[in-house]
Amino acid sequence: MSTTTNPIAALRHVFVALGAGLTLLFLAVTAATAQIQLDLNRGVVQPLPIAISDFDAESPRSEQIGKELAGVIRNNLQRSGLFQPLDPRAHIQAPSAMRNVLPRFQDWRVINAQALVVGRVEATADGRLRVEFRLWDVFAEQQLTGFVYATTPDNWRRIAHKVSDAIYKRITGEDGYFDTRIVFISESGPKNQRQKRLTIMDQDGENLRYLTDGRYLVLTPRFSPSQQEITYLSYFNNRPRVFLFNIDTGQQEVVGDFPGMTFAPRFAPNGNKVIMSMAQDGNSDIYAMDLRTRQVQRLTSDPAIDTAPSYSPDGRFVTFESDRGGRQQIYVMEADGSGQRRISFGEGRYGTPVWSPRGDLIAFTKQLRGNFYIGVMRTDGSGERILTEAYHQEGPTWAPNGRVLMFFRETPGDAQGRGARVRLWSVDLTGHNLREIITPGDASDPAWSPLSP
Amino acid sequence: MRLNSFGSKFLGVAAAALLLAACESTPETTGTAAGAGGQGAAPATTATAPTTTAPAVTPGTKADFELNVGDRVFFDFDKFDLKPAARATLERQAAWLRQYPQKTVVIEGHCDERGTREYNLALGERRANAAKRFLMSQGVAEARIRTISYGKERPAALGSNEAAWSQNRRSVTVVAN
Repeated sequence: MSTTTNPIAALRHVFVALGAGLTLLFLAVTAATAQIQLDLNRGVVQPLPIAISDFDAESPRSEQIGKELAGVIRNNLQRSGLFQPLDPRAHIQAPSAMRNVLPRFQDWRVINAQALVVGRVEATADGRLRVEFRLWDVFAEQQLTGFVYATTPDNWRRIAHKVSDAIYKRITGEDGYFDTRIVFISESGPKNQRQKRLTIMDQDGENLRYLTDGRYLVLTPRFSPSQQEITYLSYFNNRPRVFLFNIDTGQQEVVGDFPGMTFAPRFAPNGNKVIMSMAQDGNSDIYAMDLRTRQVQRLTSDPAIDTAPSYSPDGRFVTFESDRGGRQQIYVMEADGSGQRRISFGEGRYGTPVWSPRGDLIAFTKQLRGNFYIGVMRTDGSGERILTEAYHQEGPTWAPNGRVLMFFRETPGDAQGRGARVRLWSVDLTGHNLREIITPGDASDPAWSPLSP
Repeated sequence: MRLNSFGSKFLGVAAAALLLAACESTPETTGTAAGAGGQGAAPATTATAPTTTAPAVTPGTKADFELNVGDRVFFDFDKFDLKPAARATLERQAAWLRQYPQKTVVIEGHCDERGTREYNLALGERRANAAKRFLMSQGVAEARIRTISYGKERPAALGSNEAAWSQNRRSVTVVAN
């Protein structure tokens, strides 16, 4: 490429259509070999010092957005545990000083930044927002990646998440997970009259929205791979049943016409089926329902409890839990119900199996001697690895890149249940970077969305 | 204390008044189902309620069932088989239901908090169904019994200790009409 001396001129006009009126343009990379690389397969990763300069702008309003954009990106990267964003007050070179020229890399080396993000915000004539950014290798003095996005001004947070994902991907070689949402259950009130509401928020806790009003008990929401639909359990009219909730329209509908309680729903990877348990005469078995044909297929018929089914990402297998062997353990079967076999053989109870989006692991909750553990095992049950231990925690859900798990953790209260607390937490697949996810109140049953389209 | 096994919020006003008169320490009411604004309204009720005779519970009512029959039975951890005490209570329930054949019931299955959510929904279903089968074996028609599992969502005791958990591993027979 002939643009190494003036990378700003190197706009390659490749537009990619994105959801929500987003357009994206790739900023050509100078012919560089990557100098910075975080290998996520090594145990503990030393966080990479990175400087994210406030995004440059020429109008006060755009300047404000530019500051906030940089703040959201810093926050995302910081929480990933893989980056150490440097305090912007320590930055030497001002954002405007890099307008249309190369950064003064010496200034960034002084504060020990290994990577540098420089961006720019503009309001365009048609009222949209144009955001561009470049990621620089400070020591090699080379551009690693760069994109231009255009969207409506109220959509600026999604741009910040997309930029974060692009940085994460360029540095780690893996897809990011910042442009995602979490659906979960907000909890309030005394333990014996707990009010529960279906709630959705961005993965960083912003844009929180209650989807139900708390009149009916709701549990265990899960995202559709198509993103705009949630399946969950509702006690609507005192009949616990699996429902679908359309996020765009707010419309709710019951899934199928079953004689008994349906629960523990999850979508198939292609979004066309919901797999769940149905209880009849006290016995719970696993069923799959095709959402278009409404055809129902029974996958297990065992007098034991069979529940918590989860498809493999290729849709060929289902993992589930059963106490047919005497206590809760994890099983795997073909998607048609054949070839059922137990895969967990450790001490204790194993439940809530969830297949990793990468296909190689199953996350679970384990109960042993009065404690609860979140862990992962290979899909044949080997290589069990415990990630966290607590008095009570359960229900792992995977980030779409299969690198982070979210779950909920409960701390007990006093004899009247006062002071009890239940919150969302996340932990890396390595067992490091354990963090509470900040929610306005008590929260449980998290489910991570796929990457936004 | 036997009061616990009924759950104070299910007590009728007359029964509550009797207890207030009989006990120095007032039981902690949740003040919802008991109605009449809890302790504030208690003196007026006490004044009118007879304190020297048995509580004025009308036979054949929900209150009668809860007070004189017993609406709940308890289970061991991760179990759904009926223990002798549970069978005795269910026998009384069946006798009462045979006596009042127009009554229908909903049996709720509940669990303690020491299990995962979905497993507990299935376990609560098992417990409710165990109680239902027993009532049916005692001559109560299946059509009169509905079951619902609440898993660990509606504990009766709020603590996080074995005493509370043993109260929460239960089935509760609720007179529906």
